[in-house]
Amino acid sequence: MEEAFIKIENVSYMYEENDGFAKIDRYAVKNVSLEIKEGEFVAVLGHNGSGKSTLAKLINMIYTPTSGKIYIKGRDITDENMSDEDIMGLRKTVGMVFQNPDNQLVATIVEDDVAFGPENLGIPSEEIRKRVDDALADVGMTKYANHEPHRLSGGQKQRIAIAGIIAMLPECIIFDESTAMLDPVGRKEVMESIIKLNREKNITVLMITHYMEEAALADRVVVIDDGRIISDGKPIEVFKKEKELRDCGLSVPQCTELVHCLSENGFDIKGECVDVVSCANMIFEALNL
Amino acid sequence: MKNIAFGQYYPARSPLHRLDPRVKIILTILYIVCSFLCKNVWSFALLAISSIMLIILGRVPFKIILGGLRPVLIVLIFTSIINVFWTKGEILLLEWRFIHIYLEGIFSAIFIIVRISSLIIGTGMLLTYTTTPIALTDALEDVLSPLKKVKVPVHDFAMMMTIALRFIPTLVEETDKIMTAQKARGADFSNGNIIDRVKALIPIIIPLFVSAFSRAGDLATAMECRCYQGGEGRTRLHVRHMRFKDFIPLVLIVVFGTGLVLLNIFAPGFTMS
Repeated sequence: MEEAFIKIENVSYMYEENDGFAKIDRYAVKNVSLEIKEGEFVAVLGHNGSGKSTLAKLINMIYTPTSGKIYIKGRDITDENMSDEDIMGLRKTVGMVFQNPDNQLVATIVEDDVAFGPENLGIPSEEIRKRVDDALADVGMTKYANHEPHRLSGGQKQRIAIAGIIAMLPECIIFDESTAMLDPVGRKEVMESIIKLNREKNITVLMITHYMEEAALADRVVVIDDGRIISDGKPIEVFKKEKELRDCGLSVPQCTELVHCLSENGFDIKGECVDVVSCANMIFEALNL
Repeated sequence: MKNIAFGQYYPARSPLHRLDPRVKIILTILYIVCSFLCKNVWSFALLAISSIMLIILGRVPFKIILGGLRPVLIVLIFTSIINVFWTKGEILLLEWRFIHIYLEGIFSAIFIIVRISSLIIGTGMLLTYTTTPIALTDALEDVLSPLKKVKVPVHDFAMMMTIALRFIPTLVEETDKIMTAQKARGADFSNGNIIDRVKALIPIIIPLFVSAFSRAGDLATAMECRCYQGGEGRTRLHVRHMRFKDFIPLVLIVVFGTGLVLLNIFAPGFTMS
């Protein structure tokens, strides 16, 4: 069997919380095991405070797990002997895009910002030039190369942040609720870029989100609640269990919900759907026009 | 608020805008030295002509330059009055009770005006009007890089400057939002005495600081994720190479300085006391 790109084994992460009276230990992530294959597009779904962001930060070594092991390409990153170079190598391999586009752009000019990562890696300037141009082309922002980031829209800024990660030539990108602060147009732009990177460049994508519609676009959905994985599978299988999802404060995509409602109320609709087109087709067949 | 302009940069296409910012920093320092070399009428005249030529070369409208001189207008008037009334000389122009005005006094007032305006025009034309703040920061890092040998954290300061420049518009926008939010809750920023107004600023400053710190935390994490480890081993997208034509202005300023000194020595005329 081929080796998993990311392998998480019984990982827990505990932090101290002060509730005003005493300090109590709380698990943000509890005994989680997960394997992600190379080139996979995985969505991690969970409501606020479910531990999904913590999980992402553990993979990128921003946090160190309290217990358990994490392997990336077979390398144990929880090993205490990881040198600074190893950590840099890891962060180059697994890039991360955050929630607030404003808080991850460093430079005052778009192309300088995209160049920030490769510059830190000590790449020769001709090579940086090429990478910056390629990365901007990948996210469709070439014509904004000389703009100032603060004049761009949220979706555009987030695409610049993605370009900044692509320029380091990562094999995997983690998106930590990267669409949460964007308007619908910006969300669509960013999602298109993410899907394109996954399909065309075979970049492994781990997308943390709480939007059901976005999770439905992934190859695989992992649902996290209270620090534990409660469901893992193809979107269509995960969203089948609508009740379970609702119990942990989540919902299902609107079209899935529509089909469920129709079948409960006596319509002759069988099967599942997670996208609008197949939903429309199913209703069309059920109506039997 | 979004279109806030940094500093005084005036976008235009001119030889001064194109000049390597590192050269411009050195030129500015030399130009300041030159302005203090002037001693007599002829050298001050050359200094005045050089500033006018810089304005023309940089294609910045005179109106903007005059606007830049306005803040020092009081200083200019004040020093010239002192010079006119208090300089003693040989050629007496006017005598009325205790007031004695000498020709030398008039000249030294003019000299002072020319010197101060040239200093402002020179630094403005060579640096602030024609160089973007970010180019200036980069260039300063380069010019000061010899100090790295004595452990001055030049790169870190340049990085801090860059981030500060990057976040000015973001924080301005944020202030705007907080003010609107507080106004919506009935805050009043425009009435009352000075103490009331200062007090009214507290509910703006506190949330602004809180958000600035959380932004700083986020940015630090994002920078670490992009493998930032300080200046060591870093390369640059834009590498500036000094070309032959970048040395020409340096030669010109040396010639200019020598010219001033020669005029001081060989051209007779009123000398600054």
